[in-house]
Amino acid sequence: MASTRSQNQEPSRLVPIGLALPLVAFVLVTFVIPLGTMVVQSAYDPQVAQALPKTLDLLRDWNDSALPSSDVFETIASELISSREDRSIGKVATRVNRIKSGSRSVFAKTARRLERVEDTDLKTAMIEIDDRWEDIELWRAIRSAGQKFTARHYLRSVDLEPAQDGGIQQVSEDQRIYNTLYFRTVYVSLAVTVLCFLIGYPIAYAIASVSDSWAKILLVIVLVPFWTSLLVRTTSWLVLLQNQGVVNDVLVWIGLVSDDSRLALVHNMTGTLIAMTHVLLPFMILPLYAVMRSIPPDYMRAAASLGANPIEGFVKVYFPQSLPGVSAGCLLVFILSLGYYITPALVGGTKGQLISNMIAYHIQTSLNWGLAAAISVILLIGVFVCYFIFDRWVGIDKLKLG
Amino acid sequence: MTTDKATEQASDVHISFDNVVKSYDGSTQVVKDLNLDVNRGEFLTLLGPSGSGKTTCLMMLAGFESITSGTITIDGRAIQDILPHKRGIGMVFQNYALFPHLTVRKNLSFPLEVRGMSASERNSRVMRALELVQLEGLENRKPRNLSGGQQQRVAIARALVFEPEIVLMDEPLGALDRRLREEMQYEIRRIHQQLGVTMVYVTHDQQEAMVLSDRVAVFRDGRIEQIATPETLYEEPSRVFVSSFIGDNNVLYGEVREVQDNDICHVSIGPDRNVQALSVEETKPGEPVWVAIRPERVGIAKTENQYSNQFDAIVNDIVFMGDHLRINVDTCGVRNFIIKIPNLVGHGAVLPGDEIQVGWATLDCRALSMDSEKT
Ligand SMILES: Nc1ncnc2c1ncn2[C@@H]1O[C@H](COP(=O)(O)OP(=O)(O)OP(=O)(O)O)[C@@H](O)[C@H]1O
Ligand SMILES: [Mg+2]
Repeated sequence: MASTRSQNQEPSRLVPIGLALPLVAFVLVTFVIPLGTMVVQSAYDPQVAQALPKTLDLLRDWNDSALPSSDVFETIASELISSREDRSIGKVATRVNRIKSGSRSVFAKTARRLERVEDTDLKTAMIEIDDRWEDIELWRAIRSAGQKFTARHYLRSVDLEPAQDGGIQQVSEDQRIYNTLYFRTVYVSLAVTVLCFLIGYPIAYAIASVSDSWAKILLVIVLVPFWTSLLVRTTSWLVLLQNQGVVNDVLVWIGLVSDDSRLALVHNMTGTLIAMTHVLLPFMILPLYAVMRSIPPDYMRAAASLGANPIEGFVKVYFPQSLPGVSAGCLLVFILSLGYYITPALVGGTKGQLISNMIAYHIQTSLNWGLAAAISVILLIGVFVCYFIFDRWVGIDKLKLG
Repeated sequence: MTTDKATEQASDVHISFDNVVKSYDGSTQVVKDLNLDVNRGEFLTLLGPSGSGKTTCLMMLAGFESITSGTITIDGRAIQDILPHKRGIGMVFQNYALFPHLTVRKNLSFPLEVRGMSASERNSRVMRALELVQLEGLENRKPRNLSGGQQQRVAIARALVFEPEIVLMDEPLGALDRRLREEMQYEIRRIHQQLGVTMVYVTHDQQEAMVLSDRVAVFRDGRIEQIATPETLYEEPSRVFVSSFIGDNNVLYGEVREVQDNDICHVSIGPDRNVQALSVEETKPGEPVWVAIRPERVGIAKTENQYSNQFDAIVNDIVFMGDHLRINVDTCGVRNFIIKIPNLVGHGAVLPGDEIQVGWATLDCRALSMDSEKT
């Protein structure tokens, strides 16, 4: 009897947990693990350390003002040869190159030629193969690339780098890009948020005020863009906004601009703003509508019965009550625009690129995943900061989406 | 009403509904040809079952619903074209509609602010209003931090603070528990007497209507069935609907046999059973009527022919209600005929299954004509 009772009680608590397990697993696999990997990638890079362990050991005692001893040359020679065999030499080259640009080719070339060298004086032989081995900078770069844990990506992602003297310095002027991009991203996100609010609030208000059957129709109109591919929507903006596009044609036709001074609406910031505002508008309208629909009409009636004209009633009673929707919509739109990528990539041109486009570049083109990860982590921290400010200010439980 | 009587009272009429019709969808009339005068300083209650059009009337008066046809006048002035915020009518909503983002003080000073009053004037009025509803000390709370009864008081104070001449209340006590409701009823009565505003009050609770009102208008399907003082409604209902909506009533169905002096009629309510009743409207022999008898006017007969109407009955059930006993009997071919007898010492113990005689006086039972009544 006693055992059946305890068996009866246990499942009652275990069943809900058990039912939640697939969800936990799903979140783990699709979110926590990739995110964790990303964070690790941004600060942990063992490739060089694995390829050249003995060399790095020796370099630890090196005083870094003169060329290393021939011991070091001999060690690195054998490690370069073996890493050429297991094909890890490319990764080493890429990483050293990121620190000292123009040194990528040294490694493959040296390793290839070294296999044929019988000479015992490897130091001379290597310098003969490529005189860059005489450059102390290269050795410093190798040593620095050999650190498994590094803050280099983070420094780089805010336009800084380690200085000779062990301190931190700004990167040279022509390489400073990221800070500008963060500012531009925040600025664009704010602008898009404000635009979405200005356009979305009256729309949401209209949907919440009309009869149910009209509300359904209007909601569908708001949602239709949601159901079409983002790519199609963005590309259609290209068609609309380009120099010979519909918008310019109309403007010329009604005489607002002359034919030879058509507006540049695309491949620049304007294009990014217009297209992103359009794409993100539903994220503003839906939470606003959800909150507005829950405001009983009695409040506005009460305001009127107390003598407030419709404008006073709106400003003093309705708007304050729609604020949870405003902040939820702004939060969503702002956070989404912080990480927006396809739209600026397609319609933004170079002036309209955002930080996410840089992440994409480092993942797809430059293959510097560590740097991409570091930028992503910084972006993620920004998002969390917004989230906590929102939670403090409004309360995250007030977030309603429909 | 004769014309000279109307002119005599014209100065007293504050609000007047004339042939008011309301239809939301253009076909069904929710309010049908309503005529209603509310006197200055009067407490008028619109009482009726759910969906009978009470709220609709209030909303038309306050300006939140359009009038389909007819006119509503305040002080003889048609109000159709006056915007709601210019009507100067205080209103208490069923869900209170206190502004949740404002403190009690801000809620109360809202109507004063939009009227451009000075801060000191506002402050003293708010304090006076809070005093009136006995809520001093809570002015800095937000509505959600108040109990239901306190929110109710704030809502009332807010509707009064700008000193409107007319105050409308739509089931303001609906959300409160019974005790609090009764307490608030007396509170509202006291405030009305103190301020002398014209009050139009909506409820579907007949008890509440009785306690509060100078007059009660009983609504049914968008029409007024009867409008009268609570006593008249209770003692002299002119319609079966009113008689059973206000208080309990036993209703017997019958046919008029004979009319005496146009006042007393004999109604046959079954084979060999006749009831002598007061006829409310003119009736003719052969007409079907309802006969209504209040349960507390029915007694248990101790002797033969003690009452002018006396019948055999079988006791079904007895419920002890504290101050009275509620006895359920079968009599006159009706099941569940209710008798209320006061809980006096030696009321004469009856038990279920007992065969007794029950009876009532002629003047305590009213014959109501059927005309358009539906059952
Ligand atoms: N906005 C509206 N649109 C359409 N029909 C309505 C509307 N408001 C009320 N009605 C209808 O009008 C009728 C009367 O409604 P009203 O609200 O006046 O009744 P009530 O007497 O106040 O009832 P309750 O006691 O339930 O509040 C009902 O049948 C209702 O369905
Ligand atoms: Mg109602």
